[in-house]
Amino acid sequence: MSNHSQIPASIEPERYEFREARAYVFELTRRDLFKFLGAGALILCADTKSVAMQESGRGQRRGEDLPKEIGAWLHIGEDGAVTVFTGKVEVGQNIRTSLTQAVAEELFVPPTQISVVMGDTLLTPFDMGTFGSRTTPTMNLQLRKAASAARDMLKDLAAQTWNVPREHLVAADGKISDPLSKNVSTYGDLLKGRELAQLIPEQDPLVPATEWKVAGKPLAKIDGRAFVTGAHKYPSDQKRPGVLYGKVVRPSKFEAKLSSVDASAAENMPGVIVVHDGDFIAVAAPTEELATRAAAAIKTEWTAAPQPSSKTIFDYLRNNPESHESGNSSAKISAPANALSATYSVAYIAHAPIEPRAALAEWTGEKLTVWTGTQRPFGVREELASAFRIPLESVHVLMPDTGSGYGGKHTGETAIEAARLARAAKKPVKIVWTRKEEFTWAYFRPAGVIDIRASLDSNGRLEYWEFTNFNSGGSGLNSPYAAEVRNEHFQPTKYPLRQGSYRGLAATANHFARESFMDELAHQTKLDPLEFRLKNLKDDRLRNVFEAAAKKFAWPRVKKSPGQGFGIAGGVEKGGYVATCAEVVVDKTSGAVRVVRVVTAFECGAIVNPDGLRNQVEGSNIMGLGGALFEAVEFEDGRILNAAFSKYRVPRFKDVPVIETVLLDRKDLPSAGAGETPIVGLAPAIGNAIFDATGIRLRSLPMVPNVLAVK
Amino acid sequence: MARITTLLVNGAKRPVDADSQSSLLSILREQLELTGTKYGCGEGQCGACTVLIDGVPHRSCLTPAADAEGKSITTIEGLAHGDQLHPLQEAFLAEEAMQCAYCTSGMIMSAAGLLHTDANPSETKIKEALDGNICRCGTHPRIVAAVQRAARAVKAGTR
Repeated sequence: MSNHSQIPASIEPERYEFREARAYVFELTRRDLFKFLGAGALILCADTKSVAMQESGRGQRRGEDLPKEIGAWLHIGEDGAVTVFTGKVEVGQNIRTSLTQAVAEELFVPPTQISVVMGDTLLTPFDMGTFGSRTTPTMNLQLRKAASAARDMLKDLAAQTWNVPREHLVAADGKISDPLSKNVSTYGDLLKGRELAQLIPEQDPLVPATEWKVAGKPLAKIDGRAFVTGAHKYPSDQKRPGVLYGKVVRPSKFEAKLSSVDASAAENMPGVIVVHDGDFIAVAAPTEELATRAAAAIKTEWTAAPQPSSKTIFDYLRNNPESHESGNSSAKISAPANALSATYSVAYIAHAPIEPRAALAEWTGEKLTVWTGTQRPFGVREELASAFRIPLESVHVLMPDTGSGYGGKHTGETAIEAARLARAAKKPVKIVWTRKEEFTWAYFRPAGVIDIRASLDSNGRLEYWEFTNFNSGGSGLNSPYAAEVRNEHFQPTKYPLRQGSYRGLAATANHFARESFMDELAHQTKLDPLEFRLKNLKDDRLRNVFEAAAKKFAWPRVKKSPGQGFGIAGGVEKGGYVATCAEVVVDKTSGAVRVVRVVTAFECGAIVNPDGLRNQVEGSNIMGLGGALFEAVEFEDGRILNAAFSKYRVPRFKDVPVIETVLLDRKDLPSAGAGETPIVGLAPAIGNAIFDATGIRLRSLPMVPNVLAVK
Repeated sequence: MARITTLLVNGAKRPVDADSQSSLLSILREQLELTGTKYGCGEGQCGACTVLIDGVPHRSCLTPAADAEGKSITTIEGLAHGDQLHPLQEAFLAEEAMQCAYCTSGMIMSAAGLLHTDANPSETKIKEALDGNICRCGTHPRIVAAVQRAARAVKAGTR
């Protein structure tokens, strides 16, 4: 972890975020950009360092080359149309809308005049990927800076053109006007026939959040109409002339090697193309049904080593540590004799995005174009270039707004599969994974085991805190509570399933363990769980959300009926502060748990789009219900046993409680992302409420409510 | 095997060429390019592929073409009247009842079927009617609110 030492812990990428450094960066010139953007004004948002390097260059600069580290660019055309280019992608988190708001705010143009080109490896600047709640704190800021620079450039231009002092000029509604000379001109008219470019480092002053006019208020989803009419083309809806449909013949188990294959029956089907390349065996056909039949007609045998089962996964993780651990120890002091300890665990769960992975690939000579749903279009471009041994610039990846990801679409499996088939078929090929494939061949949120040991002084203050996470990850590892001695570690282990990012990453597991255990400690000291937390808390922002949630929930509540229970939990992650209160009703005979009401208070700095934010908080809570109560991937010896929605239960309408959201708007603080963190408080709040209702502490996710009836 | 050569979709007779056992979903998407109807699971568990057949919601992934032949099929593309959106479509926009919106077509079609039989459904009724539709982004409360809003709009409009 030492190579990340200069990065603040709060933004350090989680180990389970798939990521990579860019392999090549090619020269880009202003001329190239104007060639495809047309005349007008161009603002490039560059890394401060690279601008400095360029300015002090060794005399090679011809005023044309641009620095390599460009995060985004913005173009205003002669018709006044504003086009924003960013490598970020839209998977339902609504950043197409919030980024539009940011630009509208700084440039003083109506949102309808702005279009955002996203995740297109040919048109947009390189971007590592859309994950880690980084869009709002980074891209939003860059685009605001670009827009603000564009506005200044337009004022300069107007002042020159009209020969008037600049300071009186007003930018509003896509126009510059001069109240003194009464000159008015649209941005487009000012820019007619010009090719103005400006490179900006991170320096321009911005409109303070307290003066926002467009940002900070709800704005309806951009292109919402295309979504409610079915007109929007998702990756799985893409079509090209002559397109074939692909199907991959899957191995019998994970890590299996192909030992024999007989594809003769499929090869004899008219229109079917079979590709066998190493362990990859797949077909392409003019209809999906024919492709499915052809793939089923291929006889294969596979060999694979025995693999662990979900029944013994927690022992497996604990008993198979890998190399080094990471974390911090404030002192090598062992736990006091009076310390309390407990072990928590979380199961593997699936993202189950409602749109399965999909890609359409098309070759034109040695050039490859792929439309696919991914959170990392540039990463997928890299995967494709490497798979086919072609240069990066021969690959063009486009990412149409996609049917969700939740951290589950960082990789390019369908892109590679479709491209391999398309190369052989010499026609475009589309692959849409079946639900079973999505549940089996994607990757999962890691399972984990967490050991905690802690002791309190006689005043109910934490004095010793020891926390070890096996396998599930380091996000949210560090406790926000003060303790004299802290030992917090993440221990990587061997693991049986392919694992990766998930909404909130390991913060869900770590908060579940920590906030449940805080509840155990509160009960031990006979303190109210909220009071106990506040007593041990030094972070005012976290205190504020705890108090806001408690107030709305009317904590502490008095139980009115048997089976009723109340729980509270909270935490800090990715710059967001969350506190969640839950009310449950447990039917003690059946063991059924019903979450009746959830109150979440959330604070992520200055709010950009309150309605979008509310939508994310509600969504996090509902998605979190599944992992908290019933979602778990069952597996045995390299096979998934519940790879279907009929066997893997996700939250449905009847599961959804009343959800109340309290948003704390801190206009004095920079905006943080919000798509992930609100999920972390839910599971422990529910677990604590179940304990309140029954006296039974459930320490494993999902909490499998049936356990309650058995006991 | 018998071939299906015509389907009545969104008020128009559309020529198709499909096996009688082909799923209605595949014909809509591959042959008629009506991709607003989505694949989500192929086992009738998620509702993303919901269409109306003679006004009743059906899972098109499990509907053989033969069962839809000669009947009136309505997909999300056929719900609006020209530029005039269906009240449910208006309501989903007004309530911002979507995030990634991949489930939206199926939600709207299931809700359209409900409003056919019950012009003023209770919250419980709405939840029951939509329980077979999965939204992974968690926009459920907004979807319920949108159906209620649409019901109110229909009622107001017919007076």
